Amino acid sequence: MAKKKQSNNFEKDLARLEQISSLLDSEDVGLEESISLYEEGIKLSRSCISTLKKAELKISELKKNLLKISSD
Amino acid sequence: MLSVFYPFYYLSKPEYKLENHIQILTVSELTKEIRQRLEENFSSVSVIGEISNFKSHISGHWYFNLKDSGAVINCTMWKGFNQNVFFTPQDGMKIIVNGKITVYPPRGSYQVDIRSMKPAGLGELQEAFERLKKKLEAEGLFDEAQKKPIPTFPKKIGIVTAINGAAFKDMISVAERRYPLVEIIIASTKVQGSGAAENITESIKLLNEKSDVDVIIVGRGGGSIEDLWAFNEEIVARAIYNSKIPIISGIGHEVDFTIADYVADLRAPTPSVAMELATPNSDDILNFINQFVESSTRRLQELLLTFKDAVHQSLSSYGFRTPLDLVRWKSQQADTLYSKLNQAFERKLLVIRQKLALYIKSLESSDVQRTLRRGFVLVKQNSKFVTRRTLFKENTETQLNFYDGKIELEKK
Repeated sequence: MAKKKQSNNFEKDLARLEQISSLLDSEDVGLEESISLYEEGIKLSRSCISTLKKAELKISELKKNLLKISSD
Repeated sequence: MLSVFYPFYYLSKPEYKLENHIQILTVSELTKEIRQRLEENFSSVSVIGEISNFKSHISGHWYFNLKDSGAVINCTMWKGFNQNVFFTPQDGMKIIVNGKITVYPPRGSYQVDIRSMKPAGLGELQEAFERLKKKLEAEGLFDEAQKKPIPTFPKKIGIVTAINGAAFKDMISVAERRYPLVEIIIASTKVQGSGAAENITESIKLLNEKSDVDVIIVGRGGGSIEDLWAFNEEIVARAIYNSKIPIISGIGHEVDFTIADYVADLRAPTPSVAMELATPNSDDILNFINQFVESSTRRLQELLLTFKDAVHQSLSSYGFRTPLDLVRWKSQQADTLYSKLNQAFERKLLVIRQKLALYIKSLESSDVQRTLRRGFVLVKQNSKFVTRRTLFKENTETQLNFYDGKIELEKK
């Protein structure tokens, strides 16, 4: 379940990483906050990488049967 | 008028009644005669002409005129036949048709009943293309401002193409390589020949009914202008324009431009490139993440060092140094005090000792006084008592101590 959640939030996770990156570079963020941001970032990085490496392409076919019957 | 009838009189068969050697025909008889003659003699004709007044009836039949500078002829093409035509005829298009002449007696009209139709040349298709392009452009279907942005991280991509085609396989392998997180939904579609345009239109509409499709790729591999023609049809252009979901076109090769390409929100030169444009590259994402880990780790180390330095600096600053100095100074003070105390004590001790000595002396002397009172004499030579005969020295000053006084004896 946790994994599904991750893949759904993949885009958000990446955006958060970018945000953390710029926060860490800014001068306004203190040491304690920096450390917790860093921990969060590393955790996100790990989950994103594993999501990406485990991903398998899903393919499905759109059912058009109803329309086909009516047009035939 | 008579002269018009002569040929038919001449052609007519003997069973017709003669009246004054002139055969009189009913309209129906005449029409029947004309019909027979025309339909026998023109059972298969090929005609070249330009389309005008083209109408596609709701029943699926086509009605139009073919004309040239000198004449016009009515044409019909029934649904069963026109389904095999790969393009939608347009007014002004020059075509070659094959069919037969039929006569419609109730109206006294004749027409070409068309079995097959093709453009008079590739130039015709090109012109049809240009005409439609101009028309749709004027309507604003190609406006850049109307184009929808393509999402960077799609969750679901809809594909409109033939499920058995090479284009689909190419797109799948690109998606697998670049971004396997994505989900593909294929609306398998006829992309060539008659009915393809309708099929494509339908697929786009159906995908639009799905709420979770982020982007649609309309694709087809390379082919001739006839093969790709469905993508130059007006209904396809309008379906793309009306799609709520952004559409990327990937039709044919780099050099092929279709009307669909102009209407699409993004045009890709091939189906594979369309999939590339629809997906982020996971290698880029991994690079980004790795870079993040590297740079943020470095950043944090820097930060820690900065703070460490700051702590060190504070510790060695004047403010932090003072207490230590104070401790040292106090301890020195304590040392001084201790030695002073020590000296004072020593002095006190000395005084006490001296007093004690005095007491002892006075005690001793009081003891001697008692003895002297009884008549004893103390002999002193050189400030020392002479307590034995052997210690007495001749020719030395001698003091005799009595209870009530002393006598000094001169040396002898």
